Amino acid sequence: MTRARLATATLLATSLVAALAAPHALLAQTIAIVGGKVYPVSAPAIDNATVLIRDGRIVAVGASVTVPAGAQRIDATGKIVTPGFVNGASRVGLEEISSVPATREMIARGRERIAAAFRPWEGLNPRSVLIGQTRDAGITAIVVTPAGGLISGQAGVLRLVSGGVSDMLLRAPVGMVANLGPAYGAAFTPRAETLNRLREILEDTRVYRTRRADYERAQTRPLVASRLDMEALVPVLEGRVPLIVDVDRASDIETAMKIARDYGLRLIVKGGAEAWMLADRLAAAKIPVLTGAMNNVPKQFATLGQRQENAGLLAKAGVSVTLIGNAEGGSTDAFTARNVRYEAGNAVAYGMEWNAALRAVTLTPAETFGVADQIGSLAAGKRADVVVWSGDPFEFSSRAEHVFVNGVQTTAPTREDLLEQRYKTLPPAYRTP
Amino acid sequence: MQKIVLVLIAGGVACAGHRPAAATSASTAPASRATDADTARSTAPGRGGISSPLADPFPSTYRPFAARPTIIRNVTILTAAGPTIRNGSVLLREGKIADVGTSVTAPTDAIVIDGTGKYVTPGIIDNHSHIGDGGVPEDEGTQTDDVNEATSPVTANVWVEHSVWPQDPHFPRSLAGGVTTIQVLPGSANLIGGRSVVLKVVPSRTVQGMKFPGAKYGLKMACGENPKRVYSSRGPSTRMGNVAGYRAAWIEAEQYRRKWDKWNADHKGDPPTRNLGLETLAEVLRGNILVHNHCYRADEMAQMIDIAREFGYRIRAFHHAVEGYKIADLLARDSIAASVWADWGAFKLEAADAVRGNMALLTHAGVRTVMHSDDPDGEQRLNQEAAKAMAEGNRIGVPISEDDAVKWMTINPAWTLGIDGVTGSIERGKNADVVLWSGDPFSVYSRAEKVWIDGAMLFDRLDPAARWRTDFELGFVPENRGGAR
Repeated sequence: MTRARLATATLLATSLVAALAAPHALLAQTIAIVGGKVYPVSAPAIDNATVLIRDGRIVAVGASVTVPAGAQRIDATGKIVTPGFVNGASRVGLEEISSVPATREMIARGRERIAAAFRPWEGLNPRSVLIGQTRDAGITAIVVTPAGGLISGQAGVLRLVSGGVSDMLLRAPVGMVANLGPAYGAAFTPRAETLNRLREILEDTRVYRTRRADYERAQTRPLVASRLDMEALVPVLEGRVPLIVDVDRASDIETAMKIARDYGLRLIVKGGAEAWMLADRLAAAKIPVLTGAMNNVPKQFATLGQRQENAGLLAKAGVSVTLIGNAEGGSTDAFTARNVRYEAGNAVAYGMEWNAALRAVTLTPAETFGVADQIGSLAAGKRADVVVWSGDPFEFSSRAEHVFVNGVQTTAPTREDLLEQRYKTLPPAYRTP
Repeated sequence: MQKIVLVLIAGGVACAGHRPAAATSASTAPASRATDADTARSTAPGRGGISSPLADPFPSTYRPFAARPTIIRNVTILTAAGPTIRNGSVLLREGKIADVGTSVTAPTDAIVIDGTGKYVTPGIIDNHSHIGDGGVPEDEGTQTDDVNEATSPVTANVWVEHSVWPQDPHFPRSLAGGVTTIQVLPGSANLIGGRSVVLKVVPSRTVQGMKFPGAKYGLKMACGENPKRVYSSRGPSTRMGNVAGYRAAWIEAEQYRRKWDKWNADHKGDPPTRNLGLETLAEVLRGNILVHNHCYRADEMAQMIDIAREFGYRIRAFHHAVEGYKIADLLARDSIAASVWADWGAFKLEAADAVRGNMALLTHAGVRTVMHSDDPDGEQRLNQEAAKAMAEGNRIGVPISEDDAVKWMTINPAWTLGIDGVTGSIERGKNADVVLWSGDPFSVYSRAEKVWIDGAMLFDRLDPAARWRTDFELGFVPENRGGAR
């Protein structure tokens, strides 16, 4: 589809291109994707199956679905149909040019390293040029996760629909991000001191939660966090919003597990370089892990046990694994957020079952962040976020030929497409649109 | 995040004068002893006072590791020298590729490896590496960061080999990715960052034991944002300041070269005073050191080409060349290679126009193109990076074959280092730097299974117990034997 899109940009008049990218209503009709091998993820793969989409929802998936007259047919013969992929830890839309501070929305200043009230999606730029190129590569939803500090802020799930943030936002908050590992910088903080600080915040939030009225009348002892931060932490204390702890060393993961037990928190481990060492315990405690498959370097003393088999070993032990980028040159940056499918391919090369890897970029993140009723699988009633791949979606040679979000395909060329088109023949014809 | 730091703070460097590639001696020596490659060296009297062209004060002590004749049969061979050979054989003997083709006879004592369903490529060459100079653990700040001598905008006097730590755990990981040769570069903080070094990815106690015999030195230069940011308070703080800085350095270097060339010719009177930095630059002007120029923007590359012309040196390769596709015709005209990433972009403003089609567009314009890493993770997977760039070429209607793509990571980078006469392709007589892949190297599921350097098998994925582990890893890093697979 992308090649077609380039041709479209070149050959057709601008007005026609604009029409193709026009309002959803024009295009959100009945669409039948027929003949492909369909991976619903929530059910076994079906050969030569049809995915029927109406008004932005999936209405039927199966081998014997009747295609209504007048439906737009997409021939997927010989192709693979999956749910749109989810990047479970992304900065797309929150970071346009990493070195330009005015385009960075990922890291809050916070107050004394606490930024629990920070909702990064409120600063997200829905017109980021990186959104389109990410969506074109088959990513239809992202989980924005803030970074930095002790409590970084809140995570949210956004779908890559065109429109504003409110159109994109599917669910938030879906987590509270915290960092328990070693904190480097001007002054190193010992782990145990960080831990004390976290306990103090949680205990003060407990005070705040039970004595809100006293707090408002200034009849409590001084509390360490701001009112807004404690307010944001209340659902974490109540176990309604999970604490996403960015942590690598096995003993640090154990510490996070202990904190979660002590305070009755739901825990999600992010990073988790040495999580494979605790695979059985993480599985038993039903703690999901967000990790990658492209890092094997003992980069830090906290990641000495980093290995590419991590995701596969965790999945084998029964841990809920979401694949995210965890290597430089991987999908940690906004520009390469689309590469999460290669993370999945590499996970397979290092021992993860193929179906488990597909799950790890679709349904598992949807479950982990509480949106599996909406996205992450192909089933009647789900949002029509569907991708038709030319071949195995994890392979470099494959491409996303059709990407539907809410049953709509976007055809506008990306900035990258426009640059490639302009310089495809040299010298460029600057005056030709 | 780490990547960004490396890109922003570090950068490639280029070469300094050294022996020409043709003058290989050690690389043609027969394989003898498996160890202690780094111990033999003579103790001839020093000539430290003399600025002699082609001086080699830190000579390579590399010797090939012990090897047995080996034949890989029934294998698909991407030669980087011609069309793919299907169902072929390659014979490695006495450190060289003794034969390659569809019917190869092997000596009776040869180890026979069945390559059915597998692929052979030349050993991968990364011409932009910071492993060894930016070792791990990297979160210890300056303790392992020896990439940028960011104390002056022109540090032509530094040689990056004096920063390289042979026990960096990155080395065995790159080898396991099929990488047999790397160019380690100083960073990009400086206009002129210092000399590079070309290394074989082999275990050694010393850097000298890794140095690629006969490889030329490189000189690292850097354009754009990095130097002007690093030196913003003292200058250069602008791109025009950058250019003034290069030109001032070359003016001095030209004078120095003339003075020394005259003295070297007639030996009249006392020799001029030696200056390490100018000595390196003079070697560039003499053509003995190859220039590797970190540069993102098209307009800046065009200016660097003019500066090279002004002072009579050649740019061997632009590194990163994020906007290379905009001036592919200029690069092709001047035979300047472009060393690029598959899909890095948007990490700084001068990378805002990154396109994944860069590699394919450059290749089609006739530019010698190189897939480089500038990153220890990427270096382990240059085959995957090449696969991404090939896929993008095919997507935008600029078709790239596997035979093209394999050159990006083998013979083309070999040319940029001046070692394409001895390595970088599967051809009779070349060094037996060879990778056996479990499947098509451009598949995400394939991995390097065996890696030979000069005919010696230094990595075998099927024999985890024999895996090279650096001193650092012992005790610190779990062995991971077995693993999930």
